[in-house]
Amino acid sequence: MSNVLEMGRLMQGNEAVAEGALAAGVRFFAGYPITPSTEIAEIMSNKLPQVGGKFIQMEDEIASIAAIIGASLAGLKSLTATSGPGFSLMQENLGFAAMAEVPCVIVNVQRSGPSTGMPTAPAQGDVMQSRWGTHGDHPVIVLSPSSVREAYDLAVKSVNLAEEYRVPVILLLDEVVGHLREKVVLPAQEQIDVLNRQGPETPPESFIPYTSGAKGVPPMANFGDGYRHHVTGLAHDETGAPNNSPVVAEELIHRLHNKISDNLADIIIDDSRFLDDAEIIVLAYGSTARSARHAVKEARRQGLKAGLYRPLTLWPFPEQKVLEIAKKAKTIIVPEMNMGQYRLEVERVVGKHCQVKGVNRVHGELIKPGEIYDTILEVV
Amino acid sequence: MTRELDSYLRMDKFPHMWCPGCGNGIVLRSLLQAINELELDQDRTVIVGGIGCSSRAVGYLDFNTLHTTHGRALAYATGIKLARPELNVIVITGDGDATAIGGNHFIHAARRNIDLTVLLFNNNIYGMTGGQYSPLTPANSKATTAPYGTIEPSFDISELARSAGASYVGRGTTYHTGLLKGLIKSGIENKGFSLVEAVAACPTAFGRRNKMKGGADMIMWQKENAVNIKKAAQMSPEELEGKIVVGELHKQEAPEYTAMYDNLIARVMQQAGGGSVTPLKGN
Repeated sequence: MSNVLEMGRLMQGNEAVAEGALAAGVRFFAGYPITPSTEIAEIMSNKLPQVGGKFIQMEDEIASIAAIIGASLAGLKSLTATSGPGFSLMQENLGFAAMAEVPCVIVNVQRSGPSTGMPTAPAQGDVMQSRWGTHGDHPVIVLSPSSVREAYDLAVKSVNLAEEYRVPVILLLDEVVGHLREKVVLPAQEQIDVLNRQGPETPPESFIPYTSGAKGVPPMANFGDGYRHHVTGLAHDETGAPNNSPVVAEELIHRLHNKISDNLADIIIDDSRFLDDAEIIVLAYGSTARSARHAVKEARRQGLKAGLYRPLTLWPFPEQKVLEIAKKAKTIIVPEMNMGQYRLEVERVVGKHCQVKGVNRVHGELIKPGEIYDTILEVV
Repeated sequence: MTRELDSYLRMDKFPHMWCPGCGNGIVLRSLLQAINELELDQDRTVIVGGIGCSSRAVGYLDFNTLHTTHGRALAYATGIKLARPELNVIVITGDGDATAIGGNHFIHAARRNIDLTVLLFNNNIYGMTGGQYSPLTPANSKATTAPYGTIEPSFDISELARSAGASYVGRGTTYHTGLLKGLIKSGIENKGFSLVEAVAACPTAFGRRNKMKGGADMIMWQKENAVNIKKAAQMSPEELEGKIVVGELHKQEAPEYTAMYDNLIARVMQQAGGGSVTPLKGN
């Protein structure tokens, strides 16, 4: 078995997500069929019972995310997977998970929108929605892979971050990465760091469900373990009881955000190439980063000082790193299969340090390396 | 050995938020009596609510309690029950929560016959938002969003639950509290999806707009208009017009979802020749 893994195997991005989630300990999946994410549900329905886990096909995406939140409260690491329209339906309960601090992972394999759009065509149009899709100021973590192996690794990371920070984590693929097939060599199970939620260290009598623990995250008691408590999407005090006090609400919302913003070094993952002397930097994520890598390599072959910066954690936004890059660069090029959603954030952070230029396509096809390369030539 | 019902309440969360004359407290008492007589373990019992006046009851109850989003209580409860089938899972919901925004989740939870007990407080109105009509508001009633009277027919939610696949359905009222308690007990004991509809008065948002006086008068209305299922069987549809049929409306043995899933896991594991699913005998 391990020999087969060492030799590698041909695997699809969506399959890698399912395998990564299982390796990270996911034992519950609820979902609803939707292109181009359905393979994840199909694989989970096959594999979960083999390891004693549970799969359920719910009546819609609203119910799917509700069910994984319920299962997580009962102690199981939980996952759902969807795409554009389904992700829109999940926003309501995504906010609940953020507010009530319930660990869960939502995979969104982006397709062309808005609305039903082009169901089988790739896009990166949900970047802002993944950050701000549910109402109210809420914390969230969003990771985005560019390859099949990265889809596997980030699936593991998503589950770990969800459990460690008691936050919904969105694993944001695009259709290209979701359906891409590559040869991958997966790590053996014992090489994978699997994190579990921190349980209470106090006896039930003195358990206060929403007091900060390590890294600002409250220890979590699962339903049925003897720690009777109340969980609500209403603003609540440390006991979990609904509370309308302005002081309590203010403290709560700040604490929810601080547990993320105080631990950025833990949460932000990125990758870069040729940044040391780069004057023109392509900042790209998802499948677009694959084209960007080709364009940057070609530029280097032509003697141009081009570099690549690849945020794998899209949200929280890697402000410090982008600012650092901006101070040395002349131009940052941000190619995206949307109208410039992430570029807006880059512009906000870099200010007047350097020029920012987008390469944007919303026609349902991926951005070709040549299109990015041409833009590099334009700005030289 | 029964206990004081106070021991099931989070007394520090009182006074409750319900209006004078509201029927919710009576329904809640019936629930606690049922739990008490069944001696359910508080630590092993989860009570899930949606959004609305009745759903807020979960905050007062000393169990594992979950106050969810509007209409979604059953979907959350499905996740809890499937993750840990050994827990008792009870859902408290209202007529708007369960039958309008939560209607889809309601019929599918019933169809799966998953072992949840749904206690539906039917006060025929959206009370918390101030009196808008719900799918269980009787036709021709007045509501803040039906100032000229509702022109929509209402659901018979118990009938809907039965046809969707629920294995236990009962209806009681806040007048017939002994009956209501008994129905809730039977619903909890039933291994499958159980609906207990509790007809409860909302004098504030429904009664005063519909020529009903106070809460006590509305309870007397329940007494006068309730017909037991056995008597109803002898009556014509015309005679039953405007009446509330109460009692055990439906009971049927049917495979329960989480038990079926456990069987599926056992079957899959056996086929895979993997982990032993039956305990090994001897050493």
